[in-house]
Amino acid sequence: MIRVDQARKSFGTLVAVNDVTVDIPAGGVTSIIGPNGSGKTTLLSLISRLAPMDSGTISVSGLDVTATASRDLAKKMAILRQENHLTMRLSVRDLVGFGRFPHSQGRLTSVDREHIDRALEQLDLTPMAEKFVDELSGGQRQRAFIAMVLAQDTDYLLLDEPLNNLDMKHSVETMKLIRRMADEFGKTVVVVVHDINFASCYSDRILAMRDGELMCQGTPADIMTPDVLRTIYDIDIRIETIGDQRIGVYFT
Amino acid sequence: MATSLVTTTATAVPGTPVPSTAAGRSRTALPLTLGIIGVLLLAAASMFVGVSDVTLPKLIAGDTNAWDILLISRVPRTIAVILAGMALAVAGLIMQQMARNRFVEPSMVGTVESAMLGILAVTIFLPATPVLGKMGVAAVAALVGTWIFLTIISRLPTRNTLLVPLVGIMLGGVISAITTFFAYRYDLLQTLNTWMIGDFSGVLRGRYELLWIVAALTLIGYLAADRFTVAGMGADFTTNLGLNYRTIMRLGMSIVALITAVVVVTVGAIPFLGLVVPNLVSLIFGDNLRKAVPWTAVFGAGIVLVCDIISRTIRYPYEVPVSMVMGVIGASFFLVMLIRQRAKNRL
Amino acid sequence: MPNPARALDSPTSIISRRGLSPVAVTAILGVLAVTAVTVFLTLGLEGNISYILPRRITRVSAMVLVAIAVAVSTILFQTVTANRILTPSIMGFDALYILLQTVVVFLFGASTWLTTDPSLRFVLEIVLMVTFSVALYRWMFTGATASLHLMLLVGIVLGTLFRGFASLLQRLMDPSEYIVLQDLFFASFNLVDPMLVWISAGIVALCCAIAWRMRHTLDVMALGRSHAINLGINHHRVVMGVLVLCSLLVSVSTALVGPVTFFGLLVASLAYQMCRTFSHTWLLIITSLLGVITLVGGQLVLEHVFGFSTALSIVIEFVGGILFLTLLLKGSLR
Repeated sequence: MIRVDQARKSFGTLVAVNDVTVDIPAGGVTSIIGPNGSGKTTLLSLISRLAPMDSGTISVSGLDVTATASRDLAKKMAILRQENHLTMRLSVRDLVGFGRFPHSQGRLTSVDREHIDRALEQLDLTPMAEKFVDELSGGQRQRAFIAMVLAQDTDYLLLDEPLNNLDMKHSVETMKLIRRMADEFGKTVVVVVHDINFASCYSDRILAMRDGELMCQGTPADIMTPDVLRTIYDIDIRIETIGDQRIGVYFT
Repeated sequence: MATSLVTTTATAVPGTPVPSTAAGRSRTALPLTLGIIGVLLLAAASMFVGVSDVTLPKLIAGDTNAWDILLISRVPRTIAVILAGMALAVAGLIMQQMARNRFVEPSMVGTVESAMLGILAVTIFLPATPVLGKMGVAAVAALVGTWIFLTIISRLPTRNTLLVPLVGIMLGGVISAITTFFAYRYDLLQTLNTWMIGDFSGVLRGRYELLWIVAALTLIGYLAADRFTVAGMGADFTTNLGLNYRTIMRLGMSIVALITAVVVVTVGAIPFLGLVVPNLVSLIFGDNLRKAVPWTAVFGAGIVLVCDIISRTIRYPYEVPVSMVMGVIGASFFLVMLIRQRAKNRL
Repeated sequence: MPNPARALDSPTSIISRRGLSPVAVTAILGVLAVTAVTVFLTLGLEGNISYILPRRITRVSAMVLVAIAVAVSTILFQTVTANRILTPSIMGFDALYILLQTVVVFLFGASTWLTTDPSLRFVLEIVLMVTFSVALYRWMFTGATASLHLMLLVGIVLGTLFRGFASLLQRLMDPSEYIVLQDLFFASFNLVDPMLVWISAGIVALCCAIAWRMRHTLDVMALGRSHAINLGINHHRVVMGVLVLCSLLVSVSTALVGPVTFFGLLVASLAYQMCRTFSHTWLLIITSLLGVITLVGGQLVLEHVFGFSTALSIVIEFVGGILFLTLLLKGSLR
């Protein structure tokens, strides 16, 4: 379980995360949605210790993220940010291999190699494992990075807008993969998504943020209503039920 | 906005209202007069600073020795300081308008370095050339250097504010390395230093008069100031307003190159002045170019006067080159500018 | 099944799709470096050998030390800042060293300062340098990521400021003290104190040993801050450690030869081109070897082919400056 208690973070006068308290239970996929600048990414950064908190406490699976050794946390949770710019030329396999660093500190064992191969396999990267990351297309590169955090083999997986730069096919594949992570491997996945419909179709829980505060949380059925969405986005969104999925129509 | 540019011909940045009424003029005229008085006071102070004893009572008493020193050394020196200060500051302003970047000035884009390379070449190959000839070659070299810089930055896909000065500084560094190499090869490093390190201690009657050239150039710069702003907006923008882009850029580059060459040959390079003054002026008065040019000249003269007085007193009775004082002040100012930029980008 | 022998840093074949393997590159560069040093020691060796040879050995040792110090500090610095254009010298580290030395002489007077034991003096200078550089530069690398161009510009201007301030202070000194100080700075390779070489060798060896132990961590650091933290690295601590190492190494190289701004950039860029691996195991070795070849070989060529003796630094500034411009422009095209 991820426990966030009164977490607060400000940049100058801007309060990005304003005393947020939330429990994210273990297992399943939890999506964080909200307009630009609502604090989604910052909250994820606080949980993943990438940014220091101003006040409050956060624990992941009982480990206080500010007090626990970074190396121990790295075996518990993995975070993938949106911008992944590399200065060096790495092959896909090498990149995925870095995911094993918390376990092997750079000296790969046969167990590590199995993890690497499995991660490559799961993301259909085996054919291009020896290619350099900078030779890949945007979608392939994104998958390579996801494979890296997968190889890290953690119970918790935090993804910050993994659908950025992905076309529809790869977006759907990535979300399906995220679903599989939770269902087949029992991981707890927290994902920041922009598109409410992806959140609606693929998550078990949705956290909705606005202006640094947690507006509401619940199942997709709870959140995907015109009233709730209006308080979050300030626009009228019609909800259509297609099959058993709720789809927000906000184009017109 | 475009039309207002043409009709008023006096604006630096679109969106800035232009005070073209009589009331607006008088409001700016009073502080400017005060500024000029300030410069004159500093100039007067500059007359009485130095190793030899020149005091008011002595002058009134008709001490010929004091009068000689005043007329042969102090007055020429003060005039040289004022001329160089005004001209370099205005050259910096023109440079910033042409490159559309607040972070550049002739000593940061290869202009000064190219001028030095030019003088060095003349000194090596035609050592007998008179000063005016050296100045001409320096000006042509400076022109080429400035042109190279402007060409490089016009090719940059994005006008990254900070990339422009970086490219300029490096270009200057590369040109400077060539100069140093040949100076080293021909044993002229000492000579090179006299151009590299700006210093007014050698200014005497009969050895600075060429600097009056820059007064004329500064005036031309003033009259054409708003055109440089328009040109800075780009070739298409300029043509759209019915102005000839190439002509304006050539004029601007020529003014900057000539001012640089004249100052480098007569007193040596003074770094950062062209950067500090226009930014200071825009900080205080905003971005109105017509208003900015006179203020830039006033501040340029004032700051170099202050630095020159410091350089004469800080290690009395010895003198420190004015460029070193300016270098420390200018670099500190630049750092503050950059850190402010960082703070701005954070949010 | 992919080849399981392909570990992170043990390429198996000599020539792969990536060009020459790191092992082969290292071997070739190693031979070249040894050749350069040998030729330097023996070329035209005649007359009073027992007098000339020790002097040459001191000289070449100083050059090798400088080469390694600059190479290792540059790679470390570029790795923790996750870019390939910043180097300690470009950021003004060596200018800071010169400024500190000037300030010390200014405050205590050249006579007092120079009568203290040279080893003690050097150690004190290094302590000062580490303290100040960490205090000055930590904000750049540990906090929120500032833009690369801003960091570069701030570094260059800081360097200019330090140099300007140092030369101003030098002018404010007693002219006799100024001359003493000038001798201190322009101790070229020709007149290196053997004692200084020994102390420097110790410091360089220590720093290299620490860097070597950190090599796997460094691989991860090069991925950038958030990846490094995600993979369990105490990013802040590693950055501070590298900052300390860099200031030690810069102190050594600046004390031995004075500042050479673009040398590090030059050899590191060459190394990235030649060594088609991210692994610091190889990067550190290959860059150091390239440094030795460039410095010793370059000096040899300039001395014996062109007949100059101390112009190498000018040539490096020229080539390095052009390289820097190219990198800058290329980077902006991306």
